[in-house]
Amino acid sequence: MSAVYSLIIVLALVLVAVVGAGGGGLHALFGVVIPYVAFVVFLAGFIYRVINWAKSPVPFRIPTTAGQQESLKWIKQNKLDNPSTTWGVIGRMVLEILFFRSLFRNTKMQLKVNGGPSLSYGSSKFLWVGAIVFHYCFFIILLRHGRFFTDPVPGCIEWLDKLDSILQIGVPNIYITEFLIVGALLYLFLRRVCDSKLRYISLPADYFPLFLIMAIVITGILMRYFIRTDIVAAKDLIMGLVTLHPKVPETLGTIFYVHVFLVSILMAYFPWSKLMHAGGIFLSPTRNLANNNRMKRHINPWNYPVKLHTYEEWEDEFRDVLKEAGIPVEKE
Amino acid sequence: MSKLPKPKDLASSINYTPPREHWMDIKPEFRPGTYSYPAKPQLVEKMGFPNPHEWSPTDEDWHLPENWQEIVYNTFRDRLEKYRSLKVFMDICVRCGACADKCHYFIGSGDPKNMPVLRAELLRSIYRKDFTTFGKILGRFGGARKLTEDVIKEWFYYFYQCTECRRCSLFCPYGIDTAEITMMGREILHELGISINWVMEPIYNCFHVGNHIGIPPHTFKDIVDFMCDDIEEITGIRIEVPLNKKGAEVLFVTPSGDYFADPGTYTFMGYLMLFHEIGLDYTMSTYAAEGGNFGLFNSFEAMKRLNAKIYAEAKRLGVKWILGGECGHMWRVIHQYMDTMNGPADFLEVPRSPITGTVFHNAKSTKMVHICEFTADLIKHGAIKLDPSRNDDLIVTHHDSCNPSRAMGLLEEPRYILKHVCNHFYEMPEQTIREQTFCCGSGAGLNNDEFMEMRMRGGLPRANAVKYVHDKYGVNTLTCICAIDRAALPTLMDYWVPGVRVAGIHELVANALVMKGEKERETNLRGEPLPGKEG
Ligand code: SF4
Ligand code: SF4
Repeated sequence: MSAVYSLIIVLALVLVAVVGAGGGGLHALFGVVIPYVAFVVFLAGFIYRVINWAKSPVPFRIPTTAGQQESLKWIKQNKLDNPSTTWGVIGRMVLEILFFRSLFRNTKMQLKVNGGPSLSYGSSKFLWVGAIVFHYCFFIILLRHGRFFTDPVPGCIEWLDKLDSILQIGVPNIYITEFLIVGALLYLFLRRVCDSKLRYISLPADYFPLFLIMAIVITGILMRYFIRTDIVAAKDLIMGLVTLHPKVPETLGTIFYVHVFLVSILMAYFPWSKLMHAGGIFLSPTRNLANNNRMKRHINPWNYPVKLHTYEEWEDEFRDVLKEAGIPVEKE
Repeated sequence: MSKLPKPKDLASSINYTPPREHWMDIKPEFRPGTYSYPAKPQLVEKMGFPNPHEWSPTDEDWHLPENWQEIVYNTFRDRLEKYRSLKVFMDICVRCGACADKCHYFIGSGDPKNMPVLRAELLRSIYRKDFTTFGKILGRFGGARKLTEDVIKEWFYYFYQCTECRRCSLFCPYGIDTAEITMMGREILHELGISINWVMEPIYNCFHVGNHIGIPPHTFKDIVDFMCDDIEEITGIRIEVPLNKKGAEVLFVTPSGDYFADPGTYTFMGYLMLFHEIGLDYTMSTYAAEGGNFGLFNSFEAMKRLNAKIYAEAKRLGVKWILGGECGHMWRVIHQYMDTMNGPADFLEVPRSPITGTVFHNAKSTKMVHICEFTADLIKHGAIKLDPSRNDDLIVTHHDSCNPSRAMGLLEEPRYILKHVCNHFYEMPEQTIREQTFCCGSGAGLNNDEFMEMRMRGGLPRANAVKYVHDKYGVNTLTCICAIDRAALPTLMDYWVPGVRVAGIHELVANALVMKGEKERETNLRGEPLPGKEG
């Protein structure tokens, strides 16, 4: 049900753009106003969220250690999975953020009951592959779009573009990332609906971004291969936005506005959703702290005194039995 | 207490298919064997904790304080402001499900709310409703729900079905630590006067008497004397154990489980024999006679109140540094909380082994060393003589306790020791040891009899891995470095893998330890004939 609702919402959003920009011809609204607003919401929202997190202190140093600690000199420490220095932490975070280290550990549990229970844990890298492919494709596609936002287009973007379309099948060249991201999105969606556990925990908010991004990718693909779009005009419009001299070319079709509208929705939605994991991972105290707890005191800004049962109070209560047992006391 | 189902029946009752109804529509069923008894209000009151009152999980009315909603809201907000972990973890879960089948309670029960992600959603759904705009507007559609008394009951049920083992946090791509969420959930419940007796009574005892069990100082001395008698019988050596001795070099602190019941007592005897053999100038304290800290399982404040005694006593006795015994959650508190809460320990010195001269730089601020670090160093320097063949009847595997593994990284030290004190050692499968270790199923205050069914369920993954090496290599001994393990694992083994005993590392150390002037040993610490001395 969650999936259906989310799909309906995304379709409704498409319809809004089709009607508004296509039928209604509100090109300035869909091409200029909404993208601007969405971008501001994205930026401000993202910063707000991160600052809001950062406002809460980290009272304790609680890294989840995933390997041998630093202890005796002759015991080999696992410096990346259990770092005790800042450089180690940076290494750990790089592994987490660029290579999804923790997800790479994933296993799949299986229980066989006949003849007494037997549990096994197979390595399970599908989710890791799906996540890596999705995130890297998304990132490359985003960078590739840099050619609409820059003039002249920097060499590295041109180069990335070439690399992405290295499989020259037909004209225009086909981007590898476009196919991969569709595949990854399909996988991420299918595992959510096929695995009963995942289906049970999934919220509409888990399907919505999948459908939304899928719709963005599809409109992108449509524009490139099926519904000819005036690329020069598109760049004109975008450069207008970038240089703060917005203009609305006449030659852009509805599909372009739908694409831009969906991207705008994604931007505006981002800071208020689980997509903020992109920012949150940097602040996760189980990952971004060094396991040097016993070496360096961590300060808790709100540490407060508590009621204690002091030795004196305790001795007062037990003095007689202490003396009788021959255990030394402070006051005879 | 409830009747525990047979292992076979329990195993075949595990079903991983979630129910048809939405989880928000399902109320927990307080079935005997699956929940712990409430804290006695007198104890809550004597500790000065909020809202002591009579209540029972199976009652319709839990007699929550009148303004309970306000209390929940305020406590929740306060913790969000105090803990970045909570705030970030509330916001960034993507429900990828990577953590789902990592929790031993889910594996053993199939209850979807024991998936860490859903355990966290129990709290998150209220967070969305009370603290986010989207949640307020969208309601259930946005994963939010209204705070009702049923929610409180559900929190109680599931936050006391989590052992705060952090296995989920290892696998989460963002490090979301459901233990942290459980701790916050328990803090909120604590403010309502809702907690369990198996946690509250140890807290009370530890605070007033000096240890969880409530053993008064003179009885403590009797127990130690009794053990020294046993040691004398086995080795022919009379050991003196200094108590509350001022000016000793080292204060030794260990969980009370070690001197309370078998098989922990053998580990305790092991410490005493080792200290005697190396001539360590140490003392134990009958005021700070507890290394463990059940406060951790209740609230920050309780944890701090109990833990403060250790530094206070170290200061009073004028020791140079502190040595800590084998315990799991104790080391979570000491490693990750003590210095921050009750430090700085600037009245102590950087720990240095008086035997080998090794300086423990890794403990230079906290000034507290783990006994496995200490003993591994002794062995490395050849400072003790060992005869591992005395443990030849033991075919050993090692259980990594959750906290030393995932909140510290103490993995090699115990293995190094084991390799020198016994000749037959086999590892359990890779996904069940070291940082991926499975909980005993009884941590975080859940080691009580009334919770037995869930303990056996939660302990299934651990037990099953033991069974694997038991069947394959004939393993008959499960070592561990945790007092809760030593109390909980024997029951678990008897249930799932009969024929496997549980021992602390230092029990094996002491068996192998060749002491100066000892008589020829006939038995091990348990009074069983040594290999080759039978009959
Ligand atoms: S692994 Fe982390 S992000 Fe994924 S569902 Fe579990 S808690 Fe959420
Ligand atoms: S901390 Fe341990 S018991 Fe709690 S949810 Fe995570 S895996 Fe389960």
